[in-house]
Amino acid sequence: MSLDVQHLVVAYRTLRGDVRAVDDVSFSVADGEIMGLAGESGCGKSTLGNSLVRLDGRMRVLAGRVLLDGTELPLSDWDAMDEFRFKKISLVPQYSMSALNPTRRIGKMISEVVRSRKIRYKDVLPELERRLRLVGLPTDVLAKYPIELSGGMNQRVVMVLTTLLDPSLLVADEVTSALDVSTQRAVGELLVELRDLGIVTSTIMITHDLSILVQVADSVMVMYAGKVVERAPTATIVDAPRHPYTKLLIASLPEVGVRYAEHVLTGIPGHPPSLLDPPTGCRFADRCPFASAECAVEPPLVELESGHLVACWKAS
Amino acid sequence: MSTDTTTSTDTTTAPRHELVYFALRNRKLVIGLSIVGFLAIVAIVAPLFARSNPNAFVGPPMQPPSSSYLLGTTYFGQDVYSQLVNGLRQSFLVGVMGGGIAFVVATAVGFTAGYRGGAVDEVLNMLTNVLLVIPTLALLIIIGGYLKGTSIVFEAVFVGATAWPWAARAIRAQTLSLASRDFVGLARLSGVRSWRIVVGEVAPNMSSYLFLTFILLFGNAILISASYDFLGFGPPNGVSLGNMMNLAFAWNALQLHVWWWFVPPGIAIMAIVGGLYVTNVGLDEVFNPKLRSVS
Amino acid sequence: MLNLEKLSKSFRGGSFGSGAIPAVRQVSFSIAPGEVTSLIGESGSGKSTIGKMILRLLPVTSGTITFDGVDVASLKGAALKEYYRKVQGVFQDPFSCYNPVFRVDRIFTMLEREYFGGLGAREWSVKLHASLEAVGLNPTDVLGKFAHELSGGQLQRLLVARALLLDIEILVADEVISMLDASTRIDVLNLLAGLKARGLGVLFITHDLSLGHYISEHTVILRRGVVLEMGETAKVFGNPQHSYTKMLLASVPRLHSHWEPLEPAAGSAGPDRFEPRRPAVARARRTHAGPPEPVPLLVEVEQGHLVAFEQGGPG
Repeated sequence: MSLDVQHLVVAYRTLRGDVRAVDDVSFSVADGEIMGLAGESGCGKSTLGNSLVRLDGRMRVLAGRVLLDGTELPLSDWDAMDEFRFKKISLVPQYSMSALNPTRRIGKMISEVVRSRKIRYKDVLPELERRLRLVGLPTDVLAKYPIELSGGMNQRVVMVLTTLLDPSLLVADEVTSALDVSTQRAVGELLVELRDLGIVTSTIMITHDLSILVQVADSVMVMYAGKVVERAPTATIVDAPRHPYTKLLIASLPEVGVRYAEHVLTGIPGHPPSLLDPPTGCRFADRCPFASAECAVEPPLVELESGHLVACWKAS
Repeated sequence: MSTDTTTSTDTTTAPRHELVYFALRNRKLVIGLSIVGFLAIVAIVAPLFARSNPNAFVGPPMQPPSSSYLLGTTYFGQDVYSQLVNGLRQSFLVGVMGGGIAFVVATAVGFTAGYRGGAVDEVLNMLTNVLLVIPTLALLIIIGGYLKGTSIVFEAVFVGATAWPWAARAIRAQTLSLASRDFVGLARLSGVRSWRIVVGEVAPNMSSYLFLTFILLFGNAILISASYDFLGFGPPNGVSLGNMMNLAFAWNALQLHVWWWFVPPGIAIMAIVGGLYVTNVGLDEVFNPKLRSVS
Repeated sequence: MLNLEKLSKSFRGGSFGSGAIPAVRQVSFSIAPGEVTSLIGESGSGKSTIGKMILRLLPVTSGTITFDGVDVASLKGAALKEYYRKVQGVFQDPFSCYNPVFRVDRIFTMLEREYFGGLGAREWSVKLHASLEAVGLNPTDVLGKFAHELSGGQLQRLLVARALLLDIEILVADEVISMLDASTRIDVLNLLAGLKARGLGVLFITHDLSLGHYISEHTVILRRGVVLEMGETAKVFGNPQHSYTKMLLASVPRLHSHWEPLEPAAGSAGPDRFEPRRPAVARARRTHAGPPEPVPLLVEVEQGHLVAFEQGGPG
């Protein structure tokens, strides 16, 4: 197994108490797998993905462990994690293409990053140039400033940089949101190519957009209010979802081909519960059209068939 | 719960009680305000009880502090205590007037330049930059030479008219960024006129900054006017803290060990200006949640 | 009926406005009442600029915008205020539309003061509540609250409710869906589509083709300030003629099918050919690199479907 997450709990410390953004999540990602992590805002997907790489000041790991290629990751220890960051596990943060320092040339920025990891820039330069050519960027990109490149080119530069040392796990946080359709496609195809070439072993792709996961991901994990509600191969999630939330979510997505005049789509009424004081029992119950008395007890994540896990009493 | 009252009040700002809570607990704010507040009260009340004319010759010259003369007498036999409290009052007056004038000009220029943009902005920028580089002391000397005598009002106006550029720039920068926000666009779409948008939508978002700016301008005005007085450019026959120090040094108070003549006004200036700066830092912490320490 | 005729916008660049950066070039289309018109374009296409010009938030450089025959660009003072009674807008970032210092009610009280001064408090309250209910909001849930206490969906609905308080005929909705969650998107979208039944004309500005296809009767495809294809939605999506439209449709990620291989384009390979550059840089470069490419002519390929003429012919 490339990545094995066991009962992970990550919380934000606030004045009013702990907000458990990731509440007892367990899953694993195999070698060569691209797993999509989908859900809406506040479900905990970004927290989950980021916590695997770095915990910012307010985040705390309250329970659980994470194993990468058999080694436990010291998530709470910043200095110890430094050994893993960028080398074994890497993160492409959200909006990274506009986060490049506008006053630094690309090459200089990359050299600063590798030097901070005690690697000589000269040693990686040949491989860096090879990678740039691989993703369709001219090597003179290294001499340019970020503003001279397009958004898509910047995004590809960031992805080359973060995967330079062939990480076992790449966490891509909303790398295709806020991109134009053509650039989205280029970046999505790049993620697949990085896996196909063996540069990245496994990938977790965090997004709220299920349709891009259909194009890119092998499997999808859907989160709601800090919990995993369903995990299955991509085609299964889209064609035969078992959890009510997943079903309703898919039914609310307009595809090219659906028109209001012919068929009015419906959303999911209500909103997710507050994670400061989450309800006992199933967290989706108050919005679920199938809810009943048994939903007052939290359903466990159960494997219904090979590779398809669902947390719902109604599904089994 | 009645529903008709919901649209009546909409101008309450976000958690005011929260601001007061943090304000009362911020040590810098409390200490700073106490010092300045105390001196302000002294400036208002004390001259009513002291001898009416601080320039009158009341006793033997160069007397150290005693029971009859609280802070002793000057080289000429004037009551230092009376001069101090009257001087405090004058300094505060110039500070409020000068700071007030500077504040009004800075906000007028800053808001207009930031909100209107275009040619108006460029002209106002030029004006601001020119005033920034003019040496104000030289200007004061030249203008002073033409006038028969300066007065408190002149000093306040001069200080006010030369101290606003930095504040105008800062206000302009904030206004520029706020004016591009969607809620300003929405206000325009609601038919609200420009001045009203600036006063009603933009300024409230900068209220803490405007407050801090006024305090800085106030403190600055006191300090600058004291320096002018100290150099002898203040109103003649006026009694102010700077003037006291000017005369004290002119008449060799240092060498004659007449410390009670220049030390009290010096401490008073330091206390006011220092107190205001400390208040400012404290206020910044109160307004900016990120700087607060949660205990 | 709102008509745009050869509308163009150039931004001043350089010191003292010496350079010109073209953002919109000779765009012409109409917004008819009772219909939704989608203005689809990627970032840097100028679609938001067009929306702002219609709302008079930006001045027009050349061309005309006419509303019921009256030239919009020249309106001032009271006439402009009257225009806003008929034409309103809703913007992308719901949180940015509300002044954080005040409660959300402020957007309504502003209108009350400017347009409904004569109305008594009771009458105003009735009108306001009716408007809120029309957009599916419970007045007690939303009034008296601050923006950060409400969700993005509620805030967008409040903005629509605000627009409906006036007797508007045209609503400009600029990327109103993009910051909302998937489950709330469809509700706001349905709300906008429902406005058609009230006789409103809606200009739906978006970069998302599936949303445009879902609610609009007419579609305008914009790229770098120029209209490349426009017409009835069913025809533009069903029978795309311009290579850019085809590329867009091929690249949209779908739930039930995979990306088709892209048609090889003349010139450089891959999706880079249509990748939008950072607008400021691309345009700044253009001002110094000679005259921009000419605005292509629109050719009618079938009834209600126009396409910009392409060198090498439509693929």
